[in-house]
Amino acid sequence: MPFPPLRSFFVGASLLAILGLGGCGRSDDLTPDGRVIVHYWEKWSGFEADAVQAVIDDFNRSQNRIEVRLLSVNEVDTKLLLATASGHPPDIAGLWSENIPDFSEKGALTPLDGALQETRLGEDHYIPLFWNLCRHRGFTWGLPTTPGCVALFYNKKLFRAAGLDPDRPPKTLEELDEMARRLTLVELVRDGHTVRVSFSDLTPEERASRRYNIVQVGHLPQDAGMFVSAWGCWFGARYFDGDRKILAEDPGNLAAYRWLHDTAETYGVENLRNFVASFGVAQSAQSPFLGGIEAMVVQGPWMTNFIKQYAPGMEWGVAACPAAKGVGGGAPVTVAQTDVVVIPKGARHPREAFEFIRYLQRQDVAEKLARAQQKFTALREVSPGFLNGHPNPAIRLFLELARSPAARYVPRISIWHEYDAEMAVAAEKVLNLRLGPAPALAEVESRVQWRWDRVMRRWDAVGAERLAEWRKHDRW
Amino acid sequence: MTAGERQKLKAGLSFVSPWLLGFAIFTIYPVVASLYFSFCDYDVLTKPVWVGTLNYQDMISDRVFWQSVGNTIVFNLIALPLGLVSALALALLLNQPIRLRGAFRAIYYLPSLVPAVAGAMVWLWILNGRLGLLNRALFALGVAHPPQWLLDPAWTKPSLALVSLWGCGNTVVIYLAALQGVPRSLLEAAMIDGASAWDRLRHVTLPAISPVIYFNLLIGIIGGLQVFSSAFVMMGGGGPERSVLFYAIYIYQNAFEYRHMGYASAMAWILCLLILALTWLASRASRHLVHYQTD
Repeated sequence: MPFPPLRSFFVGASLLAILGLGGCGRSDDLTPDGRVIVHYWEKWSGFEADAVQAVIDDFNRSQNRIEVRLLSVNEVDTKLLLATASGHPPDIAGLWSENIPDFSEKGALTPLDGALQETRLGEDHYIPLFWNLCRHRGFTWGLPTTPGCVALFYNKKLFRAAGLDPDRPPKTLEELDEMARRLTLVELVRDGHTVRVSFSDLTPEERASRRYNIVQVGHLPQDAGMFVSAWGCWFGARYFDGDRKILAEDPGNLAAYRWLHDTAETYGVENLRNFVASFGVAQSAQSPFLGGIEAMVVQGPWMTNFIKQYAPGMEWGVAACPAAKGVGGGAPVTVAQTDVVVIPKGARHPREAFEFIRYLQRQDVAEKLARAQQKFTALREVSPGFLNGHPNPAIRLFLELARSPAARYVPRISIWHEYDAEMAVAAEKVLNLRLGPAPALAEVESRVQWRWDRVMRRWDAVGAERLAEWRKHDRW
Repeated sequence: MTAGERQKLKAGLSFVSPWLLGFAIFTIYPVVASLYFSFCDYDVLTKPVWVGTLNYQDMISDRVFWQSVGNTIVFNLIALPLGLVSALALALLLNQPIRLRGAFRAIYYLPSLVPAVAGAMVWLWILNGRLGLLNRALFALGVAHPPQWLLDPAWTKPSLALVSLWGCGNTVVIYLAALQGVPRSLLEAAMIDGASAWDRLRHVTLPAISPVIYFNLLIGIIGGLQVFSSAFVMMGGGGPERSVLFYAIYIYQNAFEYRHMGYASAMAWILCLLILALTWLASRASRHLVHYQTD
């Protein structure tokens, strides 16, 4: 007996619907007791996710209208973009501040200005740098959760072994280089015997021959805490004129890349390559700093957690990373960014989402989260007990650096991700001595400018429409 | 067509309708949509804006695009002949009447069952310049300065070609099947005529399996131009100095990292045309080298 065609079609189509499309719908707006469910995607995992979960639990207990549900999401920026494009974003997402220009210009975020008018939150509430990082093209796109900035961590035991004062980290870039040479240990054959000596103790001939193996380094510029491209900040570089012009070839960047070039020249490309071959990612057991074979590294407050985890016996210190002469005008230089919470465009419960975001800005809540993650807050006010009882011994320094007038952030440009990738490729070419600093940065500038011109062409076509759309959110 | 045949056709089509529906939604639609997007400025989130052939014109002036084309070609020039010859050599060896032949065949086939990402992670450690098995072995053999396989831009492509050899088990199996189909009568006739083992290989075996070599060449070209996973897992965004930024990785970066979906779509269409052209070229070039039994 032939199978009835219509029935077989429906069976097939239903199977497909169940198997393929079943997960697309959302029927989880309310809890059984009538609370609005706010879905919150956050990049954190491990103890950082536990910290925000504790804050969420407090919020959920503090009222009976909203229930925030956390989902720890790897590569949250990419996934958020795809979820937003498909029309099913979460209500809140935890991004990085450098995502804001790109995501806002592409219409992926909801401006918060209208909502902020109903609160007392604003510029006065935050350290100016972090407030600025939440804004783009005159609108506020998110609010900070936990900020970060970088400083120079150093291994006191290695300082002592090299005859250096463990309580006196480098104060100038020249000192940093000098100490790095002293702290670098190499193995070579002298008079038929393999010896281990400091790089500073090599004869000019031995240095020139480069016939040695590096077994410990003082400092490696390529092992950078945030972006290799950000070294320009310590040399006073400008990256972008804020409008149409990319400034990769700025004298500050040129000086930074010359410094990278000099490092490769000093130690030799092959020797450095052989040394870094066994590296893993910076925040892992394979990190040369955590393994005790790199004396100084630029990292953020998060590094103290990794020291506790992977090198609990390490005797370490931390200080502002020295800048080039004249940069910062005497104030310490750092590069800062912040984790932010945003409301994606198309979120189903923006009001409830904002209520939780607002809760996160309360001083006691922000400080609870920051303390549990061993960071500081983006708020101007610091409660008296916050620093004294803080588990991160370096927290005062990081807070001071973030408030420094010479604190910097990477350019507020929607193609920063590409710009950074180009700068990283240029740094590799310079460190491999395949290209000089000037031609390498010229390549970056021409390529990023080429891309930026295309982005601006589109902005010129849709910018007015986009701004008008954003202004509608003033009436929250 | 009788009413009964029509009824059967309808029933048949209904049975395959879930697949047809899936094929239409998940294959035909994306293909057609990508052709449209390739003529648009499209970032996934906002409405696509028609820009004509601008994305195709941009490719001409994009030096990273040309670098990705160059990397892909160089990699294939190394990996493709190496893969074809090694797989054939292995198949010839595994076709010999040796002891434990079945076990050897299984051993050589096993790596192709390992997922690409897991394999890449293993190779990441084997090729580690300081701690890796390969360089440790080279040290032991007296090579004082073995290559930094994954850090030196000059060695990254050969390293990945080496990794690609690890998964040649599939090709070996296809060759083995073909070798078992070589007419024994021809081999025996050649032996009686005094042909050496090399002559028999060159004048009997290779012509007899030439359609399979041609098939593996085509599959190799198609797969080689789309090479992605091992390079992406082992060296992220293109490796040192973008030395292993292959075409497919650059498409991925544009589509999902930089969100230039229109440009990525245009690149994907160029890749499709390139594969078609190379396949056509390969079939033209090998016309006189491939012998079918019906010839």
